[in-house]
Amino acid sequence: MTAERMIGDVVLELRDVQTYYGKIHALQGITAEVRAGEIVTLIGSNGAGKTTTLKTISGLLHPRSGSVHFEGRDVSRTSAHRLVRDGISHAPEGRRIFSRLTVLENLQMGGYTQSSKDVAANIEHVFELFPRLQERSGQKGGTLSGGEQQMLAIGRALMTRPKVLLLDEPSLGLSPILIQQIFGIIREINAQGTTILLVEQNASQALDVADRGYVLQTGRVILSDDAKVLAANDDVRRAYLGEI
Amino acid sequence: MSAASSPAATSPRGVRSRIGAFSDRHRSTSVFFGVGLAAMALPLIVLLPPFNSFSGQGVWMDGFTIAGIFILLALGLNIVVGMSGLLDLGYAAFFAIGAYTYALAASPFTGIEISFWPMLLIGAVMAAVFGIMLGAPTLRLRGDYLAIVTLGFGEIVPITILNLSRYTEGPNGIGGITAPSIGDFRFPTTGNPWPYYLVMLGLIIVSMMLIYRLQDSRLGRSWMAVREDELAAAANGINTVTTKLLAFALGASTAGLAGVFLAAKLQTVTPNLFRFDVSFTVLAMVVLGGMGNIWGVAVGAFIIFMIQSVLLKQLNIFFDNVDVPILSDIDFLQYQFLLYGIALVGMMLLRPEGLFPSQRRKRELHTEEDADFGEHGDPMGASPE
Repeated sequence: MTAERMIGDVVLELRDVQTYYGKIHALQGITAEVRAGEIVTLIGSNGAGKTTTLKTISGLLHPRSGSVHFEGRDVSRTSAHRLVRDGISHAPEGRRIFSRLTVLENLQMGGYTQSSKDVAANIEHVFELFPRLQERSGQKGGTLSGGEQQMLAIGRALMTRPKVLLLDEPSLGLSPILIQQIFGIIREINAQGTTILLVEQNASQALDVADRGYVLQTGRVILSDDAKVLAANDDVRRAYLGEI
Repeated sequence: MSAASSPAATSPRGVRSRIGAFSDRHRSTSVFFGVGLAAMALPLIVLLPPFNSFSGQGVWMDGFTIAGIFILLALGLNIVVGMSGLLDLGYAAFFAIGAYTYALAASPFTGIEISFWPMLLIGAVMAAVFGIMLGAPTLRLRGDYLAIVTLGFGEIVPITILNLSRYTEGPNGIGGITAPSIGDFRFPTTGNPWPYYLVMLGLIIVSMMLIYRLQDSRLGRSWMAVREDELAAAANGINTVTTKLLAFALGASTAGLAGVFLAAKLQTVTPNLFRFDVSFTVLAMVVLGGMGNIWGVAVGAFIIFMIQSVLLKQLNIFFDNVDVPILSDIDFLQYQFLLYGIALVGMMLLRPEGLFPSQRRKRELHTEEDADFGEHGDPMGASPE
């Protein structure tokens, strides 16, 4: 399946990124890159720094040292709302949908930076991807099931037609069938040309869908390789794929 | 809203939905006519019994004018608390800043004489500047923590005014403030209540129209997003910093406007006009009226002000006259805040969305399925979610 996909130049590059929460040294030098058209995954246990890495890329946090480059430009100090316009979209951990707003209003909010004509077209596009959301478009976000909320979170992030989509634990709290479905959609979004950086605890699924992977531990990259190679690595299998 | 084009328009239901659709599309027009009609009706209603027995038309209209000041305050605080979800307990500070701005610009104390009309704008801008000064250091705070800081700010401003005697006359306040004038016509301080009444009417109509426009604008949507979930708002491309600063600035500017008018109406300002009880009263008006609903907040403010300034006083007089034991010994005015407290507690139990809820709040407080609202709950932290 990867044969016909075009993998281009590096769009996203992290160079020795160090991020702190106050005094806590969360990222202790992350170096990684994502090429256009790829699906790259960050795997690792709780507290490894996966979510922090995504937040640092999307501008919700800023690195204390090191730098983040997007399309060759240093964006380490750029704020989140600007990066959305530039083409980085972040579906944050825990979905964070607007639970008091309807599905449609959530999507409209996702298109905040877009012209109203583009918003209408992009809502069409999201509804094609997630027919379920169209059925529920008048329903309040908070009353959706977990899977539907995740669809809404991804759909909302797609409203800006991003170049790079950052997905934080899209499988969290979902049933195995729904996880399959979500990963199928992630493949589809990628096949339509969106570069994806995926953070997952569900390492086997993530490595299955991704081209390459980075293994994080206590704020450092301890291993990086093709996803297939990582999935076959004994240490990875033991630590993250639940094999003894 | 599709009913507007449906053939069923002849049935009463159809007509009602057509009117509804019209007022949704032309809110500014409905504000203009709604407030205008109410303002025309009020001076007539007070000529009827039992109202005419309480006091004359002039006294009533003076009361309505002051009520208008509180309506303006409630409309402004609603931007901050209701629309943006930033709990502000020191709102009276901006009211004070507006009032003192005019007092310093048009009184014998400074010897300056600037006309009332430009000062309305300058007072609003002045309050907005202070709004940003309060907003900027508190950008990271939410909920309880923000409430504490704003509470402090609300105390600092009157205390500063009290102690800067050289510039503010301290506790004596500034007197002899110039009344507004149009050409050679100076607004009368007693007798004819109409000039102040009509100016206040104009201020309310203009503010309400502007706030409605704001609510439907991109800025209004970003206020809503910040209120619901700040991180998600930022992830959707909303600049949360300017969004919150604008909420503080615009909320404060409305209070500044009200302050300039108050100074011009009373022709004297003292620091104790702007103490915590004003902040609290205005907040109670916003909550009781229905947070987020512009009309609801305006009506809520009017009702509370009338209860406080008329009903309680009349109860005193009434029970004094009929000489009921115990009841005639009670000074109802002294129980004003007790009554507010009871009303607020009762409200939170029985009708947490306020008397006139906004559609969204009604939706969020009355759902069969209890949604998980996460850590960004209601800005009041008091509704039973």
